[in-house]
Amino acid sequence: MNEQTIIGLLVSVIEFGTLLYLAALGEMIAEKSGVLNLGVEGMMAMGGVSAFWVGVETGNPWLALVFAAVVVAIFASIHGVVSVAIGADQVVSGLALTILGLGLAAFLGEDLVFEAPRAAFANFELGPLADIPWLGETIFSMTLVSWLALALGGATWFVLNRTRAGLSLRAVGESAATADAAGTPVVRIRLIAVAIGGALAGMAGAYLTLKLAPGWSELSTAGRGWIAVALVIFGAWRPGRVLVGSVLFGGLLALEPRLQTFRCQPGQEGLCLGFEIDPIIVSMLPYILTIVVLILISIRARHRPSVAPAAIGQVYRREER
Amino acid sequence: MEANGLAVELAGIWKRFPGVIANAGANLKVRPGTVHALLGENGAGKTTLMNVLAGVYLPDEGTVSLDGVEQHFAKPADAIAAGVGMVHQEFRLIPTFTVSENVVLGSGPPIIAKSTIEDQVAELASRFGLATEPGREVWQLSMGERQRVEILKALWRDARVLILDEPTAVLTPGEAEELGRITAAMAADGRSLIFISHKLDEVTAFCDEATVLRGGKTVAESLPVSELDATRLAELMVGETAEVSQRRTRETDVGSPVLAVEHVVVRDIHDRAIVDDVSLTVASGEIVGIAGVAGNGQRPLADAIAGLIPTESGSVMISGTDVSGTSPRARNMAGLSYVPEDRLGVGLAPRMDVVENSIMRAYRALSKGLLIDRTGASVYGDKLVEDYDVKVGKMEAPVAGLSGGNLQRLLVGRELEVNPAVLVAAQPTRGLDVKGVAAIQQILVRQAAEGVGILLISEDLEELFALSDRLLVMHEGEVVGEFDPDVATRQEVGAAMAGAHKVEET
Repeated sequence: MNEQTIIGLLVSVIEFGTLLYLAALGEMIAEKSGVLNLGVEGMMAMGGVSAFWVGVETGNPWLALVFAAVVVAIFASIHGVVSVAIGADQVVSGLALTILGLGLAAFLGEDLVFEAPRAAFANFELGPLADIPWLGETIFSMTLVSWLALALGGATWFVLNRTRAGLSLRAVGESAATADAAGTPVVRIRLIAVAIGGALAGMAGAYLTLKLAPGWSELSTAGRGWIAVALVIFGAWRPGRVLVGSVLFGGLLALEPRLQTFRCQPGQEGLCLGFEIDPIIVSMLPYILTIVVLILISIRARHRPSVAPAAIGQVYRREER
Repeated sequence: MEANGLAVELAGIWKRFPGVIANAGANLKVRPGTVHALLGENGAGKTTLMNVLAGVYLPDEGTVSLDGVEQHFAKPADAIAAGVGMVHQEFRLIPTFTVSENVVLGSGPPIIAKSTIEDQVAELASRFGLATEPGREVWQLSMGERQRVEILKALWRDARVLILDEPTAVLTPGEAEELGRITAAMAADGRSLIFISHKLDEVTAFCDEATVLRGGKTVAESLPVSELDATRLAELMVGETAEVSQRRTRETDVGSPVLAVEHVVVRDIHDRAIVDDVSLTVASGEIVGIAGVAGNGQRPLADAIAGLIPTESGSVMISGTDVSGTSPRARNMAGLSYVPEDRLGVGLAPRMDVVENSIMRAYRALSKGLLIDRTGASVYGDKLVEDYDVKVGKMEAPVAGLSGGNLQRLLVGRELEVNPAVLVAAQPTRGLDVKGVAAIQQILVRQAAEGVGILLISEDLEELFALSDRLLVMHEGEVVGEFDPDVATRQEVGAAMAGAHKVEET
């Protein structure tokens, strides 16, 4: 076993975990309000291209992050308006957002494809903690974006569970009619939740093109937006569990390119497990695990309410008589 | 403020719905600090009138005043802000939220410390003697506990007027007594309560005054409950000159049993027996009526016979075949037809067209291999529409656009066109206009004459008296009485519906 190889793997886990956590947290907020947004892949691409462009133009990754968040919040609001305010099918509208986002990002980024990155999130060494073996080179040297993702996770938990706004948001996602009768503005809350979800997906995109895989191509997102959607289910709509899932799925993404080295070959250094795993199997694992969790959730729901927001996917119109 | 000393005054309220006049100049006066009973038969307009007071409906005419000040409620939130709370028959609670989360939803402090909120809710509850556990999730609670959460929601918003729409319908007798204590505590606090009910014993026990509605009009205003007894109340509710529908005269003799239900038990998710050891038979050519206040097990009984919900024990025989535990289709094949209470949700597919809905029972006979014979189907649909006098625009239009009467004729026709041995009809005339009611009743009578056995579940006593050969009464999931409509009086049946047997037995 080679120490550098393992540290490299752990750093990669943190990077993929950060990407997935930001996107999944955003999706979770939207779903908690009752809006399924299948546009994460497209939103992430839009975030990636906007951030990369600002990075090239200004050299400032933080400006790029904020810009991407704002752009994608607006972009996500297309889904908000279409599915919440107008009342179109959330699945169709969300898929359209993915297709539109991927296409639009490819179009807008045509001239950026061969551009060298001029901005990147720097590793942040946390004082003396960075000298701790193993942890120092991994967690205590990760970028501030990863810390920001953790902070946002904590903030999301607090807002959802400990504030009036969060209670209203969850109520809207459980039963819009009940929330409406209690005087909660259903449409407004859902629009805000979708926009916040978009902002987080935009930040994920920025992290992708300015840290995880510096540069821009129309293939940058590589299906990771879909993993984020699956993660929300895997994490049972709870910020803490979604974090665990992000690390787990991030681990699988990090393993994938390293698997060739697993087979024991004469004189080989590094991880050696003595057997071969096809990387394609590993890339399927997040979805297989999600299906397993879905089954467990459904079995549990026979005896008690499901952990999924009850009103997810439902259009709400106040009954007029 | 209190210009006329009345907490609530509804004056000359009219409310019309397409085809129905729900309120025709109804009045109601409630004094502060009293529990006021609002009485009337099903369809007398009680719930509509209360929805006007709660801001759900805008009245066509008439005024709503609170403490002598005229109010104009555009939406429920306006009424809530003015201090009117309503506990609907169907609770509006979020099952996955705790009691306290449901209570503070929409009107809590910006930052919610769980323990603080739970303490505050517990304190409010104890002030009015409401037993509750603020930290439990609502899905774990009994119906009585859920109702107390609804009352707490209203108290949290400081409701001065609280409307309880048939609050005891879902309660056990013990829970109902407790509700009486709670309402008394609230009235003692200076609040006013409006208590919608059918049950005389509760009214005399819990209420101070009573207003009676009939046909959307107020027929007795603010009577002291001490002046009420069962006879007087029945007179007021039914009307002394109530037109009695023509009693059906039997043309054929009753044949052999086509439906036999024995000791059927159905439990809800709280393990409560909602159908409790029910046995009954329906013979060929017979109409057996089931009377009862809504929610006393009629609907689960019908669903259990049709095979839509599982039974815990007991058996169902159709034309001599034991169909217990079989699928709905097996029961259809054995000769059962079902007109469910929820016409558009269970009975018909709203977005499918008239032809498609017509053939939902007979489509096998209209198929060639895997394909449906479109021409045959449309001939079948045309005949059904013609025979049962369904007024439709285009046969290819979704049935959701049809009126209630036409929907019901289509549904009843579809179920009868397959020549069943037994028809279970749940609330087949509810919500229909006079012509629609007559049409459905005629169809039922004609079918019985042709030998179909009919189980008729209804909340309309007139209808049951007019059509039934035998009349069973359900109360709290049990069949508590059997009457011969030729000799029984409405008061006797009404007493059984209200659970009078319990009093006599003890």
